[in-house]
Amino acid sequence: MYRYDEIDQALVNQRVAQFRDQTRRYLAGQLSDEDFRGLRLRNGLYIQRFAPMLRISIPYGLLASRQLRMLAHVARTYDKGYGHFSTRQNIQFNWPKLEQVPDILAELATVQMHSIQTSGNCIRNITTDHLAGVARDELIDPRPYCELTRQWATFHPEFNWLPRKFKFAFSSSTSDRAATRVHDIGVHIVRNAAGELGYTFYVGGGLGRMPMIGHQINAFVPESELLNYSEAILRVYNRLGRRDNIHRARIKVLVKETGVDAFRELVETEYARLDKAPLRLLPEDLERMRAHFVPPPYDAAAAGDGSLAKMTAADPRFASWARRNLHPHRVPGYHAVFVSLKANGMAPGDVTAEQMDALADLADRYSFGEARSTHDQNLVLADVAERDVYALWQELSALDLATPNIGLITDMICCPGLDFCSLANAGSIGVAQDIFDLFEDLDYQHDVGPIKIKMSGCMNGCGHHSVGHIGILGVDKHGQEWYQVTLGGSAENDAALGDRSGRALARDEIAGAVQRIVETYLEQRLSEDENFLQCYRRVGMAPFKERIYAKGDAAAEAA
Amino acid sequence: MNRIIRGDAVVADDWRTLADDAQPAAGAKVIVPLQRWREQRATLLAAAAAVGVRIPNTEDVDTLWPEIAGRPLLALEWPKYGDGRAHSQAQILRRRFGFKGELRAVGEIGRDLVFHLRRCGFDVIVPRAGENLAGCLQALQDFSTAYQPAADGIAAVFARRRRAV
Ligand code: SF4
Repeated sequence: MYRYDEIDQALVNQRVAQFRDQTRRYLAGQLSDEDFRGLRLRNGLYIQRFAPMLRISIPYGLLASRQLRMLAHVARTYDKGYGHFSTRQNIQFNWPKLEQVPDILAELATVQMHSIQTSGNCIRNITTDHLAGVARDELIDPRPYCELTRQWATFHPEFNWLPRKFKFAFSSSTSDRAATRVHDIGVHIVRNAAGELGYTFYVGGGLGRMPMIGHQINAFVPESELLNYSEAILRVYNRLGRRDNIHRARIKVLVKETGVDAFRELVETEYARLDKAPLRLLPEDLERMRAHFVPPPYDAAAAGDGSLAKMTAADPRFASWARRNLHPHRVPGYHAVFVSLKANGMAPGDVTAEQMDALADLADRYSFGEARSTHDQNLVLADVAERDVYALWQELSALDLATPNIGLITDMICCPGLDFCSLANAGSIGVAQDIFDLFEDLDYQHDVGPIKIKMSGCMNGCGHHSVGHIGILGVDKHGQEWYQVTLGGSAENDAALGDRSGRALARDEIAGAVQRIVETYLEQRLSEDENFLQCYRRVGMAPFKERIYAKGDAAAEAA
Repeated sequence: MNRIIRGDAVVADDWRTLADDAQPAAGAKVIVPLQRWREQRATLLAAAAAVGVRIPNTEDVDTLWPEIAGRPLLALEWPKYGDGRAHSQAQILRRRFGFKGELRAVGEIGRDLVFHLRRCGFDVIVPRAGENLAGCLQALQDFSTAYQPAADGIAAVFARRRRAV
């Protein structure tokens, strides 16, 4: 993974000192609430419902074991013993004390971590495929490009006070596992007909109040011009993005109001005028960055091990886990192992200090000392030799990290909602728990097959509800918690926004409605091979709607 | 006289921002809004020793450049603390057009903005009223290095690493 040199370390250390001084001035009354707000947000510090929330950056989701141990230490020392992985591969702590945040950042800096630009109207953490470097359908490892972009974006003097937040995601594989089309900029690394590497740029995707799928604005930008093209887009946005209305300030609104073609024209004009030499990447720059992401020393003898087939046959519980939580690896004899953070009784994405410490040990023993966070709020040990898989499963089971539900209905994405977030209209963790209880039966979950439920406590859409196969959005009705359901969304290659099912549902109706949606799918599907999304796209909303709001459903009648 | 930050020092401002209808005193260095510069260019040049122009942050400096090229001073605006449009104007003026005069940042500017302002090419910073100027000077030293090329001549970090090996 990327290792800091003196420049990286100096910047992070100096940021800690800067923020320590800002916090001191704020507590001494020398900095107003309003000014401090913009500064603390740029260090990921929110003032939440009960306490501050600190969001720590995990660039493109990659964590070394010593960083995981540090996160465990932070959870134990400064928080209530757990953390929460977010949909942008970051981790959040919900209970730090404001005056201790500079100390937390200083500790993080010792393991090359920080919270720089994890919030605020600036360029946020760069995300990518959690299977980067190991996926079979990958063209090239996207992480060197992510890191080059991260460095360009960090403390960019021109783009630190944008109209609104700005999110990049990279993908370089056949299937988009990074939800690139719902980011402000989605970059697909591609090869053109001449065999040269470059990028397809998508701009203006986003969730929240006005969900939109990103538009392709350039099919092929040459490999050397990644940062120049990004600079051109950001400059257009910084100059022309709306600042009069926070709800109209994202780049998606600029693209929409300008029109895609006119927007493309603006970018191309700016790009043509840029002095490109200073930000042009030479082959040696890319090589130097790639050297940080060389594959680990795989064991050639791992191939043809055969233990997986043997243990799968011998142990049905292991078999059901292996079926859902293992992913094929490009190196024979290796597997990517998904660590489910969606166990019954835990809020989706939550992980305890003990679990993080134990995972760090497991990463050291079984996966070359690294782990990844996913945008679905799980973790991945990406490089596990087949002979170790069974032992790893046993250890994960003992830690309650082996729920065999990856991609299934209980593998929900869920924002913190009313339990923690001051913007929430409704709770999401409780609803997740209800759904978990209804679908606990694993055989049933397997039978239902892949369904992505995504849930947000308000329009801001941190839980990506608009692109859930089943999306659930918390709305406020006369001070009560209600839920709007959408169906048919997707954040993958077939990216689409979900359709609204109809009127919002009450708190005590919502889990039952999800159950009826699933039953409808099971009745309607042509075969087990037609998954929920395919089925919905074929039959449309009508049969689902009929069942969701069926007569004789007492709660619906009453409402 | 107003105190401003020029380079690494707090100094007295030798320029005067003209009120809308005020006439420049003979031999004065004055800053006027863009609109007035457009309307009274000849008169202003005849009366004042030097004329600087204050440009709203909504202006497209690419198209504006022919009108302001050659000015000894351009002032760019921060109508609100977090409104960063003038950062782009400054970078374009300095790096694209090679503007060599004084570039000053004026408006709702606090200490924690000055480091980036300097990188974008502002040699003069006029913080908002009440801002601690000594603190602003300190904040110019917040970071000893940077990742990106900007108007301060620092090369991109990847280019510096080429030389390092
Ligand atoms: S979606 Fe709304 S409630 Fe949920 S975390 Fe985001 S802002 Fe908070």
